Amino acid sequence: MADQTLRRPPLAGRQGGSAAARISMAAPATRLSLRAGADAVPALSAAFGLDLPVRPKGAASAGGRHGLWIGPDEWLLIDETGADLMALAAAVPAMHSAVDVSHRNVAILVSGPGAATAIAVGCPLDLTRLPAGAAARTVLGKAEVVLFRTGEDDYRVECWRSFAPYAFDLLVEGADDADL
Amino acid sequence: MLLIYCPYCEEDRSELEFRHGGDAHIVRPTNMADISDEEFEEFFFLRDNPKGVIYERWRHIHGCGRFFNAARDTVSDRFLASYKTGEPKPALSGASPASAQLAEPPAQIDETTEGTAK
Repeated sequence: MADQTLRRPPLAGRQGGSAAARISMAAPATRLSLRAGADAVPALSAAFGLDLPVRPKGAASAGGRHGLWIGPDEWLLIDETGADLMALAAAVPAMHSAVDVSHRNVAILVSGPGAATAIAVGCPLDLTRLPAGAAARTVLGKAEVVLFRTGEDDYRVECWRSFAPYAFDLLVEGADDADL
Repeated sequence: MLLIYCPYCEEDRSELEFRHGGDAHIVRPTNMADISDEEFEEFFFLRDNPKGVIYERWRHIHGCGRFFNAARDTVSDRFLASYKTGEPKPALSGASPASAQLAEPPAQIDETTEGTAK
């Protein structure tokens, strides 16, 4: 379990953006990088309490916990309530690999009518083909991010913590452009 | 921006998400310790570098992370097909094979336009 009390999240509480798109840092969460074959998916789905998506761009959410399809055998699990995902994974006997990446990632929230425009400033992904409730790993400028569209005008941008200032500032620039 | 079809993500994605992985369908010798230096050189270093269709490995490193194979025309930089690792080379329609282009006699090259990029 990631020790929440020792954490110093980068840019905590920082906000920015424009009337078209608000940029803010998400609260700390526990995260898991999960690798598993198709035969282990039912057992892992049962353990985490959500149906792990098996289709590209798929995402499943239940009670503040999200399972995002990253690749054919890779998922990013996010629990906004801070639940101990490692303990849940450890109880699954099926062959899998789970790495706690709670401290590796931070999330930047982008919301508002210009959110897609703000992200498109640095992201080559076709956001018109990323419906609400879908997710994909892609790039934002020079940084790799996992983009999760939580609502029609709401995005969660998961990036590595050392890229957070860069990604945040790029999104703020994008939000300014979206408001022109 | 160049769009590359990822057979695992099942859609066109930007070239920014991909890494080139060299020639595809290079078979690693099973008797590596026994082969001669010349055979190792052939396997490890020597590539055809064709002008025309080439089969390459690509990795969707900033997407699904998977290696896959793609057929690309080195003249036009156009991707002709993408297919999953382990699948055979697809039949390409409308593309001239690299060997046919290499077989062109040098006499056909017009020296006045040779320097212009095609």
